[in-house]
Amino acid sequence: MSFLSRLSQALFAAAIALCAPALSQDLAVRGETIHTVSGAKIQDGLVIVRGGKIQSVGPAAGVTIPAGLRTLTAKVVVPGLIDAHSVVGLAGYLNQPQDQDQHDPSAPIQPELRAIDAYNARERLIEWLRGLGVTTLHTGHAPLALISGQTLVAKTRGDSVEQAVIVPRAMIAATLGADSREEAKGKSPGTAGKQIALLREAFVGAQEYQRKQSQADASKRPDRDLRQEALVDLLERRTRLLLTAQRHQDIASALRLAQEFKLELVLDGAAEAYVLIEEIKAAGVPVIVHPPMARFWGELENASRNTPKLLVDAGIPIAFGSGYESYVPKTRVVLFEAAIAASHGLGADTALRALTLDAARILGLEARIGSLEVGKDADLALFDGDPFEYTTHCIATVIEGVVVSEGSR
Amino acid sequence: MDRPCLARPWRWFSLFLLLSLGLPAAAQGDAQAFVGARLLPITGPPIDDGVLLVRNGRIDAIGPRAGLSLPAGVPVVDLRGKTLMPGLVDTHSHVGGGWGADGSAPIQPDVRMLDAVNCRDSGLQRAQAGGITTLNVMSGSGHLMGGQTIYLKNRDATSIEALAYRFPDGSAMGGMKMANGTNSHRELPFPQTRGKSAALVREAFVAALEYRRKLEAAGGDVSKLPARELDQEGLLELIDGKRIVHHHTHRHDDVLTVLRLAEEFKLRVVLHHVSEAWKVADEIVAAKIPCSLIVIDTPGGKLEAAEFDASSAAELERRGAPELVAFHTDDWITDSRLFLRSAALAVRAGLSRETALAGLTINPARMLDLADRVGSLEVGKHADFIVLSGDPLSVYTRVEQTWVEGQKVFDQQDERDRRWAEGGWGAGQPRVQAVCCLGDGEDPR
Repeated sequence: MSFLSRLSQALFAAAIALCAPALSQDLAVRGETIHTVSGAKIQDGLVIVRGGKIQSVGPAAGVTIPAGLRTLTAKVVVPGLIDAHSVVGLAGYLNQPQDQDQHDPSAPIQPELRAIDAYNARERLIEWLRGLGVTTLHTGHAPLALISGQTLVAKTRGDSVEQAVIVPRAMIAATLGADSREEAKGKSPGTAGKQIALLREAFVGAQEYQRKQSQADASKRPDRDLRQEALVDLLERRTRLLLTAQRHQDIASALRLAQEFKLELVLDGAAEAYVLIEEIKAAGVPVIVHPPMARFWGELENASRNTPKLLVDAGIPIAFGSGYESYVPKTRVVLFEAAIAASHGLGADTALRALTLDAARILGLEARIGSLEVGKDADLALFDGDPFEYTTHCIATVIEGVVVSEGSR
Repeated sequence: MDRPCLARPWRWFSLFLLLSLGLPAAAQGDAQAFVGARLLPITGPPIDDGVLLVRNGRIDAIGPRAGLSLPAGVPVVDLRGKTLMPGLVDTHSHVGGGWGADGSAPIQPDVRMLDAVNCRDSGLQRAQAGGITTLNVMSGSGHLMGGQTIYLKNRDATSIEALAYRFPDGSAMGGMKMANGTNSHRELPFPQTRGKSAALVREAFVAALEYRRKLEAAGGDVSKLPARELDQEGLLELIDGKRIVHHHTHRHDDVLTVLRLAEEFKLRVVLHHVSEAWKVADEIVAAKIPCSLIVIDTPGGKLEAAEFDASSAAELERRGAPELVAFHTDDWITDSRLFLRSAALAVRAGLSRETALAGLTINPARMLDLADRVGSLEVGKHADFIVLSGDPLSVYTRVEQTWVEGQKVFDQQDERDRRWAEGGWGAGQPRVQAVCCLGDGEDPR
């Protein structure tokens, strides 16, 4: 950035700051290091927030913070972190039947289940993640059924789903492999072959529904069917299929399925992705990698902490998700998970990008969140050191200009 | 497992060797000097540019390089730029896949993990990769008394006899797993309330004391002796203090129930997990009961851990009792390869770095009655140590080498070891060891 453009930006910021009254969504955030992610790091930087949006970002030198504007300071300031795949809000921290809404076992394929009807905005786990810098959550039905239901994107604030949600239906969640086999319960699907057969039958059925619904004679159209409508939305690429698969053969099946029905696919988990890098790259599919601290057993017995690095090196877009946990800890924390990847070849800058801007791109929200750029939502996380160090604290979290968490966590 | 290539007498002789010496023959007679690292002895101040001299699997000397003259001809390992600290002691692990007690009864002091651990499980290898050289392998969950635990030295060995620490009488060393709270609530004959849980345990100890009375009343008269009962013998080992009780407990009131039980029957107890220790730190410190703490990333996942807080260690330290603080992996709850991280997260929550490192080494060694052998870098102790790339509490630091009794059991430079450290194709394979005529045991997959 040239000196002149920096100067003009700073002057602009100062001018706007002076003439607008300070609102609760107005704020100045000064950082010894500011990671904009979209651009270069700024040493001794300043972010001015007006009306919940980033009004300016640049060096603090020469900028007078308007009187009365609340100012936060921190060693390190980064964009609010994005958990690219979670079940938090549907799954609660008590892990008792009354707070577990992430999986309904009545049928293996239920794309009509909406996440907005199950999201508990006051869940304590949301508050926990918010305290650790997570400002955006892509969450929904769990990877426990062939098609378990829909997902949503929410900011980690608000007392109701209406206040929190920014994308009511983000994707439709599907799962291959052991977690969605129901043989033990005496139900189908019991094998990998049956899983794909059931999915293909569902999509073929949806194609039939699509054909009949498009008939000119309205009297010949079938009755509305929410399940079919959701599948048609996948076929017509109005929504994307979030497909959790860990084993290489299941990842390959996922790619085959997406190709057959021209689905827009996001791969999730993908523990053995490192043996299919060329295929995943050729398919142009992004990957939300399993948490690097996920337990390496069962379908993850061949998981590697180097997978994020290997995928990024190959040019495959990645993001981090907290995944699904059935026990302790009830959710993982993407900040902690990305830290492990950062120390396993990915590097801190790339890990931070995956946690913010790359995640925003995978969610289709890069125009709004994921970096500290003028006009974007003022979602920020403040730390008293390297965010990935075990002993560093998140000292404040800001969502759309509102300080939603303060302290030393 | 049978090894058809070994002649029978040799098999028995080698077994005899293992049992009598308790360590691999290769550890004998070696001397090596580890030079140039920053040494963290734990029981003393850090030593920059230090020397650790190892002989016969024991620490022979330790000090700054400037003040030590190496014996002539001793091989030198150059560790300049590295950090060297004692091997980590994990007071609560489930590696080896053994479950111990079954669903038949809530109290099973006769069950031994000695008979349950799969000593070729890859979990032991991953623990080596995480720098863990001593483990207390516990019975699985869900019992008031889940069985006798086993203390393992994480050597490169594939028999439980070769891994087990020994009591002075030569038997496999371990404690006793106990639990309260909702952990052991199940259908009959298991309890369904806290009051019933405590009553069942007290009745068991009272019955053991009655058994003891009958033994003593027999006065050596064999005809009057009661029939041997393995479960009573197990309980008496607790009352006698031979075995330490390793007590799963989370909620504040359950913690106090353990303290009450320990007082009544004079048990030696280590509290395990202790999610709510921060609420009852005064009582724990007053009773001088050590705590082996779990550190998890998020509260909850079960009712007992709903009010977990990583500040428990700091709260004990703040009350002047840093020696009561240890950590554990509870592997698979947390990963053996990230044991250092647990202590670092406690530092994040207010603990001092010194207590954090002691909580991975000397403090847990005391909680296993092994502090005379391991847990610090002191002359005469086992040469169990790890070589780190940097600060033990940094996410960017890697365990580069793990040594047990002067033998290297993990080396990050070794491709197969690295696979256990980082994961990758085949990382779940069981630990392997060279067998004379069967190749190196590499899984053919």
